[in-house]
Amino acid sequence: MFKRLILAIAGVSLALTAVTACGGSDGGSTGSNSDTLVLGFSQVGAESGWRTANTLSIKEAAKTAGVDLKFSDAQQKQENQIAAIRSFIKQKVDVIAFSPVVVTGWDAVLKEAKAADIPVILTDRAVDSDASLYVTFLGSDFVEEGRKAGQWLVDEYKDAKEPVNIIQLEGTVGSAPAIDRKKGFEEAIAANPNLKVVASQSGDFTRAKGKEVMQALLKANKDVDVLFAHNDDMGLGAMQAIEEAGRTPGKDVKIVTIDAVRDGMQALADGKFNFIVECSPLLGDQLMATAKKVKAGETVDKRIVTVETVFDQAKAKEALPTRKY
Amino acid sequence: MNRADAPSRHLGILKHSLFWPVTVLIVMLLANVIFTRDFLAIRIEQGHLYGSLIDILLFGAPLILVALGMTMVIATGGVDLSVGATVAISGALACDLIAKGHGLPVAIGAAIGASLLLGLWNGLLVTRLGIQPIIATLILMVAGRGIAQLITGGQIITINNQGYKLIGGGYWLGLPFAIILVAVALVVTVVLTRRTALGLLIESVGGNAQASRLAGIRSSGLIVLAYVFCGLCAGVAGLMISSNTLSADGNNAGLWIELDAILAVVLGGTALTGGRFSLAGTVLGALIIQTLDTTIYTAGIPPRTTLVFSAAVVTIVCLLQSPAFRARFTRKRPERPADPVSTGPKQEVTA
Repeated sequence: MFKRLILAIAGVSLALTAVTACGGSDGGSTGSNSDTLVLGFSQVGAESGWRTANTLSIKEAAKTAGVDLKFSDAQQKQENQIAAIRSFIKQKVDVIAFSPVVVTGWDAVLKEAKAADIPVILTDRAVDSDASLYVTFLGSDFVEEGRKAGQWLVDEYKDAKEPVNIIQLEGTVGSAPAIDRKKGFEEAIAANPNLKVVASQSGDFTRAKGKEVMQALLKANKDVDVLFAHNDDMGLGAMQAIEEAGRTPGKDVKIVTIDAVRDGMQALADGKFNFIVECSPLLGDQLMATAKKVKAGETVDKRIVTVETVFDQAKAKEALPTRKY
Repeated sequence: MNRADAPSRHLGILKHSLFWPVTVLIVMLLANVIFTRDFLAIRIEQGHLYGSLIDILLFGAPLILVALGMTMVIATGGVDLSVGATVAISGALACDLIAKGHGLPVAIGAAIGASLLLGLWNGLLVTRLGIQPIIATLILMVAGRGIAQLITGGQIITINNQGYKLIGGGYWLGLPFAIILVAVALVVTVVLTRRTALGLLIESVGGNAQASRLAGIRSSGLIVLAYVFCGLCAGVAGLMISSNTLSADGNNAGLWIELDAILAVVLGGTALTGGRFSLAGTVLGALIIQTLDTTIYTAGIPPRTTLVFSAAVVTIVCLLQSPAFRARFTRKRPERPADPVSTGPKQEVTA
């Protein structure tokens, strides 16, 4: 009986794949024949407000640009993403774009796309595959973000005669933004020997850990002038720790962060943060423009950096009412 | 084993099951003084107690609570992997309701109610359907985080409610409220398990469920009770964690806390096979884990090597806890004094 059950399941799943395959070829014929650009996009998931804003931006930009967007959510799983890309290949979309869950393991599926003559655009995160397998990588430059944060400190403390003690809250150990932002920041502050990182610990990109780590670090390092957090959330947690230690965030301890999500911008507008480097999820318009260029056969740069800005307290007050995320 | 002879009373202390965890905790606290000279100092700041020791208790409070519930479940011979998910759901539910304008009693009541239900679900899966605890609770561990994300809509909910802040980040009579809450929970648990027959019954179920059923103990009811209690502890811990930062993060709240809680229980000397349990040991285990975290931050251990460092400390504690490992050393030691003193019963004890 058990055997029969397995057979039944196998039969049903076979039938289902046949159906989806049919649907795929159908989509393909409409896609390649019409003039509208068909873009297959595989998103990582919806793990944060940042990611949700990223998805919204891509969907809205596709609508305004008249692009036929085939959107798939991988729910943080590489196998889902590979399956999605394979289905895009079967559907013969014009361009495939995806935000890879992890760095490794993409060679096989990227080669399949190349064999099918479908150009691939990476968004937001990079892969370690050979650069010939994708057209371009569109996303933030994390090193540059760290550099911008460091540069603000260099300017802010250019007249400082005494050492400026900095605490750095790093992101998740081993993640690309954590490695790159640290690198860029430390490069930039090397310009001024007075700027000294006295403690650097990981806060896992979360508010709770940011608070816990900061609370411990404040006790081990009595004279702290600046906090640099690799994202807003850790900064927000650390801000509470600073307040609970009886000091004023934004004045006694200056806070510099990266991301510019709504809660962070609110803290900046309230004067509790001092400076935020934007890491924008709103790359939809750039993605559509690049995809159109790629379809038209124009050459695009191997690396396209997202348009991003920086915010101080005055700019945050202006930007807050119209902030999308 | 417990027959400590009068001349070797000092050895009796050494043999106490909590001797090694206590020693490790004290050594870690003292080691911190090297890095931060006023580590043990506690002063009054803005009308409440302030210091590293208070931090350890405050941030350790949710872990102690979760580990307390976990001890009960492990004592019945089970394990609850879903506590992290329950933490996330409870915090998300409370913050979501507060953000939508509901009062504190409604928000807290709903969160606690949901946690009790989740515990009941686990308990029924284990007893009624006979699913192995590790699998039964794995279901909720995976699905629960999804539920929490559904409640928060994938976003971090930020609230501003000073009453809610009291639970996990506020102070009462100068003491962190979370610590008072944990102390009350601990006292209630100790009284219920050690001053009534409940603890004995749970231990007997964990020791041999079949035998205790045949002896007339309603083992399935006790097992369900343990899971419901564990759910309740996780729910309150979830309120503490979200209240401390006044935000609910469905993805990260209580992430991997189930593993820390199991570790705390094991460090405290309760065996995963069920049966006898030690509540004091669990509290010590949780404090060791939290002190270890604090030590890593204050000692400036590079983030890349923190996992190795924690693993080394945990390994040392586990080895010290293991009678087989200690026997290797204690067996050698008595051989030297054995010649002049030649104590027969002493060798019997160590053998």
